[in-house]
Amino acid sequence: MKRHLVLRVIAKLLIPPILLFALYVQFHGDFGPGGGFQAGVIFGAGFILYALIYGVENAQRVAPPDLVRVLVSLGVLIFAGVGVWDLVLGGNYLDYNVMAEDPVTGQHIGIILVELGVGITVAAVMMTIFFAFAGRER
Amino acid sequence: MLSGIYSLLSAGLFVTLDAVDVAFTEAAVGGGISTVLLLGTLALTGEDSKPRRERWRIALPVVLITGGALIYGTLDMPRYGDPNAPIHQHVVPRYIQDSGQETGLPNIVTSVLASYRGYDTMGEVTVIFTAGIGVMVLLGAATRRRRRPAPAEPEPLEPETIEPETAGPELTPELAPELAKEDRA
Repeated sequence: MKRHLVLRVIAKLLIPPILLFALYVQFHGDFGPGGGFQAGVIFGAGFILYALIYGVENAQRVAPPDLVRVLVSLGVLIFAGVGVWDLVLGGNYLDYNVMAEDPVTGQHIGIILVELGVGITVAAVMMTIFFAFAGRER
Repeated sequence: MLSGIYSLLSAGLFVTLDAVDVAFTEAAVGGGISTVLLLGTLALTGEDSKPRRERWRIALPVVLITGGALIYGTLDMPRYGDPNAPIHQHVVPRYIQDSGQETGLPNIVTSVLASYRGYDTMGEVTVIFTAGIGVMVLLGAATRRRRRPAPAEPEPLEPETIEPETAGPELTPELAPELAKEDRA
């Protein structure tokens, strides 16, 4: 892809807004459309675009496979950990009402944490799958 | 390519149906990532499929009967947008009326997904997690990187590292402890 000047320039312009939009979808998902899954997919798509244009090696220098693999499990851990935390605080599993004095605030905290977990896992899994496919070039 | 276009079009359809969340997902996953993955798979495998003719006599009636049964099933479904449909009677009124006060979120989709149906969402995340692990194990992303620690030379990939015939039974037992070891480190 070294010779595709238009693709390289346009991708360089597009990738930062894509990643920023992913973060917006992640943290604004409670109020607007979107949420963890969508944000994770968009974030992963931004990285995949970078890897397509600039090569998998460069993309893996930004997101090392070891780190991505840790992130895959970290998201699930956050989600399940929120549930366990609720148990410790005396509620039911994934019952966010107990996470703060006010049930509504508790719900808010719980939902943001859970969506963050979803987003991390989804983005990392998308990158992992793409790297696994793209790294097998003959 | 066709499936990518199809996904983009159905994303537009979801927007007109006011299902913006689904449209997001469809555009990003269906239009973007799965198209890229399909093209990547095509680049890895050959273009020709193995000709296999004998099975179509069984397959065609099975497909026709299944499709006919599904179409027959849709005749019993409520009309599109019918407010008396069973799905609008059960818990949906409660979500619409109370979720604003109970969770403080204006987006009902998010509050249902993350709070009321938190177990379901956790199951979905676990499914995605399992899919990622499965791809890593099957395509050997973990072992190959370990055997070839210097990523400076991308091309010289020994073909005997991956042997599709023996990969399944041989890789899995030795892979599991190594993965665990790496996670601990």
